[in-house]
Amino acid sequence: MSTAIELRGVMKSFGNTAIIRGVDLAVARGERHAIIGPNGAGKSTLFNLISGRYPVSGGDILLNGESVTGLKPFEINRRGLSRSFQITNIFQRMSVFENIRCAVLWSLGYKYSFWHRLGGLKDANLRAEEVMESIGLKRRRDTSAGVLSYAEQRALEIGVTIAGGADVILLDEPTAGMSRTETADAVELIRKVSQDKTLIMVEHDMGVVFDLANRISVLVYGEIIASDMPGNIRGNKAVQEAYLGTEAAA
Amino acid sequence: MIVLPLIFTEGFTLTLMSQIGIGVIFALSYNMLLGQGGMLSFGHAVYSGLGAYFSVHALNLIAKGSFFFPVTLLPLVGGTAGLVFGVIFGYVTTKKSGTTFAMISLGIGEMVFACSLMFPGFFGGEGGITTNRVIGQPFLGITYGPAIQVYYLIMAWALACMAAMFAWTQTPLGRMANAVRDNPERAEFIGYDTHMVRFLTLVLSSFFAGIAGGLNCISYEIVTAENVGAVRSGGVLLATFIGGAGFFFGPILGSIVFFIMVIAVGALTKAWLFYLGILFLLMVLYAPGGFASLIVMHLPVMKERLMNRLWLPYAATLTTGAVLLAGLVSVVEITYHYSLESNTAPQMKLSGFEFDVTDALPWAVALGLLVGGFIVSRFAWKAVGQAWAGIIHTLQERSA
Repeated sequence: MSTAIELRGVMKSFGNTAIIRGVDLAVARGERHAIIGPNGAGKSTLFNLISGRYPVSGGDILLNGESVTGLKPFEINRRGLSRSFQITNIFQRMSVFENIRCAVLWSLGYKYSFWHRLGGLKDANLRAEEVMESIGLKRRRDTSAGVLSYAEQRALEIGVTIAGGADVILLDEPTAGMSRTETADAVELIRKVSQDKTLIMVEHDMGVVFDLANRISVLVYGEIIASDMPGNIRGNKAVQEAYLGTEAAA
Repeated sequence: MIVLPLIFTEGFTLTLMSQIGIGVIFALSYNMLLGQGGMLSFGHAVYSGLGAYFSVHALNLIAKGSFFFPVTLLPLVGGTAGLVFGVIFGYVTTKKSGTTFAMISLGIGEMVFACSLMFPGFFGGEGGITTNRVIGQPFLGITYGPAIQVYYLIMAWALACMAAMFAWTQTPLGRMANAVRDNPERAEFIGYDTHMVRFLTLVLSSFFAGIAGGLNCISYEIVTAENVGAVRSGGVLLATFIGGAGFFFGPILGSIVFFIMVIAVGALTKAWLFYLGILFLLMVLYAPGGFASLIVMHLPVMKERLMNRLWLPYAATLTTGAVLLAGLVSVVEITYHYSLESNTAPQMKLSGFEFDVTDALPWAVALGLLVGGFIVSRFAWKAVGQAWAGIIHTLQERSA
């Protein structure tokens, strides 16, 4: 089984408004897949469906070949899928280190333990230090997450997402609102942390998308109109009209 | 704590300190919910109260010879009862957080209190259930007859519970309770069922509340419906908040202040509840982090050796505050005396002065102190504010 994530006819309506109108998508294991599309196309909604934040209105979602439709976010996470958020979603009052350590606890099997002392959990502490190192926040170890700079918070967001060692990672606009140099750093970080993993990302910055993605899907009004290699997407007529064209004209 | 009763030999002080010891366990258990888990409960007395009831029945059964269990460990019976009811009620209450949780906890509190009237056999109706803690043969001279022995029992349990509850804050579940408090959504996306985290936190908290209930039973040898009532639930919220829910030691401070207000001030004046209300109001308005945060905010100032800038404004605040307090207490006490006893005994004594509450002069003096105290206090508060602004500025400069 080489498909990490598979969507079969996934639909989502809010009231009478259909946001996702039957999406079929298969992302192979180890692939870096970008989902692009104009504002309001339903990209974030799609992420919320895959990660269990919202229930689907129809269709089926498979993670590593098993249906995860209707499961709660924590159940999907325990099966090896982790996501980041478009609007930074971390534990603001905790230090960088505590944020990361919380994110590794479940995967290391400490679950709801009240008989382990956190300070004595060598594996969890070591893993947290490693993740901090890899996201470049080691020197901010004991700083409250809430007072980090925006770019640092985005890095921590990614750190919390990957800390548990999930093999499918969903990143929702990881470089949104960043300066050019911050974006370049973020791209390197994403490349590093998604090594040997399956990555799906929603991204507006075309530079980032074409730099990172092996494959790109274009979502327009709740439907995927194209899913192909970056080179082919660039040359796709329908995509140019629906998406790239409008941006070029603007 | 061990030598204190040797200094204060009066029964009154012993009662006060025993009550504080029990209160500390209860408030710390409450803060596992409020401070650590972000759950505002209006019904925490359910768990301590049911713990107390099960303890009192157990004690009576032990006295009858139905089974043997050492009185020293009786709080464990209370703790177990608290834990079991925590499992039953907590499963429902912790499904939701925030306002919904608070409302359900209030509902369960009312429900259990209503049960106390419906099942007089278990709850003892109006009179409650009485018991006698002195049972069986003395063990190493310990009978729990004298209050001093009960005091040491309470202190031993209080220390053990404090240590256990502090240790809990340093465990994976304790840390995840903080995480769920701060950002439940994110906690779900790193693998945690927030309902389960809240549920387990509440169950453990109920266990410690039940221990406090068991100690209450031993200390007073009577358990009434009041033990599960809303007043008790409100009291622990008040004590925790006054002390500071944001810090582990906050509820300890809070319990000390609370029981001094209830027992010591309560022995002096009928208006104690009024003063407690004012204290609570002032804390909510001006120090929402409680006494603990007031202490903690001075730590960096001490470290940077800037306290000398605060002594003068603080001394001024204390002096002017004393005038304001004297005015407030005078007005309140005279009003109480006037409304309750002016027909039968218009004479009253207040801090050494004897006067007639139907005269105008005492009223004028009291109001004068209150208004004057308020006016001069404002200058002192302003000075404190300015001193703090300067200190914060200096601290920022030094850290940059």
